[in-house]
Amino acid sequence: MTSLVIAEHNNQSLNVATLNAVAAATKIPGDVHVLVAGHGCGAVAAAAAQIPGVAKVLAADAPHYAHALAENLAPLVAGLAGGYSHLLVAATTSGKNVMPRIAALLDVAQLSDIIEVLGEDTFVRPIYAGNVLATVQSLDKVKAITVRTTAFDPVAATGGSAAVENVAAGPDAGLSQFVGEELTKSSRPELAAANIIVSGGRGVGSAENFKIIEALADKLGAAVGASRAAVDAGYVPNDYQVGQTGKVVAPQLYVAVGISGAIQHLAGMKDSKVIVAINKDEEAPIFQVADYGLVGDLFKEVPALVEALDK
Amino acid sequence: MKILVAVKRAIDYNVKARPKSDGSGVDLANVKMSMNPFDEIAVEEAIRLQEAGKAGEIVAVSVGPAACQETLRTAMAMGADRGILVQTDDEVQPLAVAKLLKALVEKEQPGMVILGKQAIDDDSNQTGQMLAGLLGWGQGTFAAKVDVADGTVAVKREVDGGIQTLTLKMPVVVTADLRLNEPRYVKLPNIMKAKKKPLDTVSPADLGVDIAPRIKLVKVAEPPARAGGVKVADVNELVAKLRNEAKVI
Repeated sequence: MTSLVIAEHNNQSLNVATLNAVAAATKIPGDVHVLVAGHGCGAVAAAAAQIPGVAKVLAADAPHYAHALAENLAPLVAGLAGGYSHLLVAATTSGKNVMPRIAALLDVAQLSDIIEVLGEDTFVRPIYAGNVLATVQSLDKVKAITVRTTAFDPVAATGGSAAVENVAAGPDAGLSQFVGEELTKSSRPELAAANIIVSGGRGVGSAENFKIIEALADKLGAAVGASRAAVDAGYVPNDYQVGQTGKVVAPQLYVAVGISGAIQHLAGMKDSKVIVAINKDEEAPIFQVADYGLVGDLFKEVPALVEALDK
Repeated sequence: MKILVAVKRAIDYNVKARPKSDGSGVDLANVKMSMNPFDEIAVEEAIRLQEAGKAGEIVAVSVGPAACQETLRTAMAMGADRGILVQTDDEVQPLAVAKLLKALVEKEQPGMVILGKQAIDDDSNQTGQMLAGLLGWGQGTFAAKVDVADGTVAVKREVDGGIQTLTLKMPVVVTADLRLNEPRYVKLPNIMKAKKKPLDTVSPADLGVDIAPRIKLVKVAEPPARAGGVKVADVNELVAKLRNEAKVI
């Protein structure tokens, strides 16, 4: 039995979510291999080879792998799958995009967003916005899996020394073309990897007012997140969204400001170690999951909190 | 260009799901069901493309028990032209849904299939990608904007770091994310009109698709509940608790 983890990267460096996926793979009996498919991605393959517990790195290099387009990546992985019992990828937007296509090409089901490995074919995954945990058993020969990164502590990035083996690139499917990307620029930590997150909701009221949230985040060295309501209202970009269908996070400290706590938002943050809620409505559901609740006007309390942190 | 749009009958988004007491599944008895919210966005996008003169007929498809007719009627009240129900009382997992949709695509020959990016019940986020893989089509998943041009479609996608733009060859599969559009409210006269629109029913066997589950549900359980927290009086107490008790700052 051998697992193949598909690395996520930008052709220069490995996305840390890959280390969470490898962590899940190491809980499955057998060897772990990592596939680095990209363009000019030799440094990434070299980095993957240093992950402890990885026995082999497969490297596929071609221009049409540069942006991990599912139409090109899926046939490559499906072609390699004969040698593997498990295929894993982090449940990032990139992983969620490609793995089901691989599964379909192999005529196997996919297990989405696993949070626990119970055996070679049995896993736990959240359903219904995390209000139910399902224990599921795959009946397929190859298990196609996406891994919820917050459920598996990352393995170390260095210490190993796996061999790198080049694999032949497949053809460009010619179905899709990368045009460009507008990535949110921020000097703050990334949401997915932050130790502290300060999130704002509808209660913040405007894009301008979000500066209050950002000031607190900067004081704490935190990432900034948001509820769906705040994103839909245009206060912040879409990639700030924490929730069932946005990002799932589990930082050491999550500060929810002006967020009522809809089921869909709670699904994305309730595994945080410590949750603080600041809301003027003492009946808000967010207080049911908060370790520390402060009932009050966020426009008064948040600046006061920034000041109190200086003391 | 004909558009096929897939809609799922799912638990209403305001309802909190609970496991049955014996852990055999989720308790859906007397629970309010609605169209999966992402599928409403998919239907809305199809209608907007039609209104913009970019699309012709819109065919709504649902897979499941007879009650899914309601979901299809909702899609038709929004503006879909006709409906197809692939009727079955058996559990249908994403791979099987993708195979059923593929069979219908081969029959209907649409230029585009639009689906919600995920259903809020099983949270799988698979069917659109699987369908695209089975058909050998391009996939514009997690779409925030769809621009149809001549033989291609430009899709802005919601990705982890922001927005990514792809151009895809037609025919194509698109899956809708939250910011693609805001679905319209259904007006009463349209609900009446929708009752007269054609709704065909077929079975998985008619389409020659084996829907046997590939994943066995062993059990379900509630996640561990968070221990109850405390209310603090002011920011100073909060900072003290975070520093001395929780030790997270």
